[in-house]
Amino acid sequence: MARRAGAPEVSAGSMADIAFLLLIFFLVTTTIETDAGLDRMLPPMEPPTEAPPIIKQKNIFTVNINRNGQLLVEDEILSIDKLRERAVAFLDNGGAPSGSPDYCSYCKGKRNAESSDNPTKAIISLKNDRETKYSTYITVQNELVGAYNDLRNREAKRLFGKDYVEMEAEYLNPETEDSVKEELKEKVQRIQGLFPQKLSEAETSSE
Amino acid sequence: MSKFAKKKDGEVPAVSTASLPDIVFMLLFFFMTVTVMKDSSLKVDNVLPNASEVKKLEKKDRVIYIYVGKPTKEYEKTFGTEPKIQLNDKFASPSEVGDYILMERAKKPQEIQNVLTTALKVDKNANMGLISDIKQELRKVNALKVNYTTYEGDAFNNLQ
Repeated sequence: MARRAGAPEVSAGSMADIAFLLLIFFLVTTTIETDAGLDRMLPPMEPPTEAPPIIKQKNIFTVNINRNGQLLVEDEILSIDKLRERAVAFLDNGGAPSGSPDYCSYCKGKRNAESSDNPTKAIISLKNDRETKYSTYITVQNELVGAYNDLRNREAKRLFGKDYVEMEAEYLNPETEDSVKEELKEKVQRIQGLFPQKLSEAETSSE
Repeated sequence: MSKFAKKKDGEVPAVSTASLPDIVFMLLFFFMTVTVMKDSSLKVDNVLPNASEVKKLEKKDRVIYIYVGKPTKEYEKTFGTEPKIQLNDKFASPSEVGDYILMERAKKPQEIQNVLTTALKVDKNANMGLISDIKQELRKVNALKVNYTTYEGDAFNNLQ
């Protein structure tokens, strides 16, 4: 059988070279961005006339970081790997006596009357020096956020049988469907209500 | 001569390279999808600290980036070795941060102007003094949502 005379075959040998050129172009002009981190809200500027709200001393958990990266927690020196434990104990304390309006029914802490009344009242106050290294600061922030996440996970597991962190990530994911989101929103907000993140940052001391 | 006699005795046939472009294109598409275009070149050292409790930054168009770190080798002579703030393509002082945020905010569409996040990409060796100044500036212009951008990892690696 004679071959029909068609268009001659085009050589594709240089195609790989062209593709490599494109590939190398993309390699040099792009970056893989890191796009994860610790989300925080800064306190709004207060109007100078307004008196600060009165907070009971026992509801405040003070954390001080000095310039050498040492921690002073509630007036005693603490190593940084114990911080999460201490923060959890403080938040989960639930010191208000049963029957009082502040009573915390879901707390599993020691119920020490000298420590925080209720997770919704408990405030962590973080203070740092101007010379503190950023990496130390991030570690401390990470541990404090971790303490909140641990407690929220515990409650979410108990109420909904699912980790809070997972639920929140799914809620914030733009690919999640709207109907699922609505349902998650309610759950996430409920857990946030049980353990609201009250992390106040005092203005940096200058000495 | 027989019709079925072997031709070209002993020679290895050439390997077809026809699928090479496909393989390279696959690589190309992989890189195109996982990377983003560089919009500003970094003039500061930017080794981020590690943290484990991270949240992903969704929606890139709602993020304003601020870089902090010590100037890289080529800028060391003119700008010294103290950590500096980089906004867009140039070094800035803390007092310029507020204006920059307002300017960037004005560029965004109206409906997302209230939900912007400021991502602080800070070198782990920077001092908190500079960060505090930036935070004060951010509070002044009411840009309260911040994200301390970090690598995912064990936070205790930072302390070494």
